[in-house]
Amino acid sequence: MNSIQNRRQEYRSLFKQNVAKRLLVDKIVRIIVFSCVIIAIIPLGSILVEVFKNGITAISIEFLTETPGSAGSGEGGIGPAIQGTLIIIGLSSLIGVPIGVMSGIFLSEYGDNKLARSVRFFNDVFMEFPSIILGIFAFLIIVLVLGHFSVWAGAFALSLIMFPIVARTTEESLKMVPITYREAGTALGLTKWIITFRIIISAAKSGMITGILLSVSRIGGETAPLIMTILGSSQFFSSMDTPMDALPLRIWRLSLLPYDSAQLQGWGAALVLIIIILGINLGVRYYFSNKKNLFFGKLIKQRRNTIK
Amino acid sequence: MTALSTKPTDMETSSIDTKSIESKYKMIAENVTVSYDGIDAVKNVTMKFKEKSVTALIGPSGCGKTTFLRCLNRMHDMTKNAKVTGKVMIDDIDLYSKDIDPIYHRRKVGMVFQKPNPFPTMSIFDNVTAGLRLNGVRDKRILDEIVEDSLKMAYLWDEVKNDLKKSAIELSGGQQQRLCIARALAIQPEVLLMDEPASALDPIATQKIEETITELKKDYAIIIVTHNMQQAIRVSDYTGFMYLGDLIEFRETKKLFTDPKDELTAKYVQGHFG
Repeated sequence: MNSIQNRRQEYRSLFKQNVAKRLLVDKIVRIIVFSCVIIAIIPLGSILVEVFKNGITAISIEFLTETPGSAGSGEGGIGPAIQGTLIIIGLSSLIGVPIGVMSGIFLSEYGDNKLARSVRFFNDVFMEFPSIILGIFAFLIIVLVLGHFSVWAGAFALSLIMFPIVARTTEESLKMVPITYREAGTALGLTKWIITFRIIISAAKSGMITGILLSVSRIGGETAPLIMTILGSSQFFSSMDTPMDALPLRIWRLSLLPYDSAQLQGWGAALVLIIIILGINLGVRYYFSNKKNLFFGKLIKQRRNTIK
Repeated sequence: MTALSTKPTDMETSSIDTKSIESKYKMIAENVTVSYDGIDAVKNVTMKFKEKSVTALIGPSGCGKTTFLRCLNRMHDMTKNAKVTGKVMIDDIDLYSKDIDPIYHRRKVGMVFQKPNPFPTMSIFDNVTAGLRLNGVRDKRILDEIVEDSLKMAYLWDEVKNDLKKSAIELSGGQQQRLCIARALAIQPEVLLMDEPASALDPIATQKIEETITELKKDYAIIIVTHNMQQAIRVSDYTGFMYLGDLIEFRETKKLFTDPKDELTAKYVQGHFG
């Protein structure tokens, strides 16, 4: 008979084979995926639970605001460490984020040449550098030259950790923006920098923010480079040219002490660090997710209206 | 910059001004060849576009219509492996000469793309005014006027006039395309390039766009790429038929469709291949 029709019947019958087996495989894959997620979450969750359980008892107003007491006394607090962490995160971000964002823009928008390819390669290598090496680098070129430990050296070392992460994530998020928007901007007679800064960046904003937050979280927990640069201190911040405390340093020192009270304070400091990082993440996301709450946007609008 | 003189209200009463078609050439493409990685996509095409007229480019897929259209405002500058030779004169200025800044001349040439591409993070108002605001126009009165005029010309005004602050991507596909037309018109170009502008629109929206084109012809030179031969017959004064990168025939639309000189053109317009 008509052979193509017969063959078509045969092909159709193929799709009816193995239905039970295929459904089973589908189920198994789903189970594997879910169990892997659970396996990954358990340690993370238990760390959080452990830190919270142990740390919460240490936390009080005095603990958050006072300078550390004598070792093992169980008195005093981590005020200088909290202050120092906020200063060092802020300062490193001020240096690392603009440079990282600009490098990312370069790599994405102007990055089709030899220079950019080598920058991209070294950037990737740099991203995986052990942070202690960056600490030693900052120690050599700033601390040794100046002759004293310095907040600048710490911020420099941490911004070195930040900027490759920011550059890479910025590049990736800019590349995700479809070329049609660039074409539309070009056809409107806009210059490249206006297209990049006013159209492409606003479309890539959420990815870029994720990268910046990732890098902030990363440097918030860095300890090794800080030992080489800001050393640690039990006093509040006094100048850029003296040692300063930071939460990771304080946690490290407290955990080395053989006293239960010090260990407890260490847990408390760890909890505070987690809350700070979480707070920065949630705060920044909220700020950018809800345009109506844009504080600066409101300010600018008010100013514009008063000018009119 | 003043408000646009054409309002959609007098569109119905307008008739095509045949005398103005006799006027001078607005844009001349001379011996334009485009090659991608050494392979010619457009071969030595010469076309002259008159002021206040609509020129349609037709031809089967892959014949180089869009590639040619994109030469007319130097969009190939963005494609690294594309090489363009030849001349594109607009008002006696060669777009491709070395001392020309394409940024300035692109403002004389508006472009509407095949797929709607409104800026996703901007409102309707901001999209229409993007070309002006981002080039430094701040006067609220002018921006408001241009938004209203441009959206009316693109037949979108009635649908969006009450929520100009709404995000552009909340609009339907057809509305987005009309928004893109409004955005292109807002920079007050003298030439309008349209790359299958109606391929994403329903018949009613298409009809509206075609009416817009007929109306815009009073003031602009329009060059439209289309797959739809009926559309070319309806809106254009001149039609160029392209095949495999060559311009096969370029004549008045009526003549090209009723009395094609070339055998290939005849076959194509009669629907023997496509």
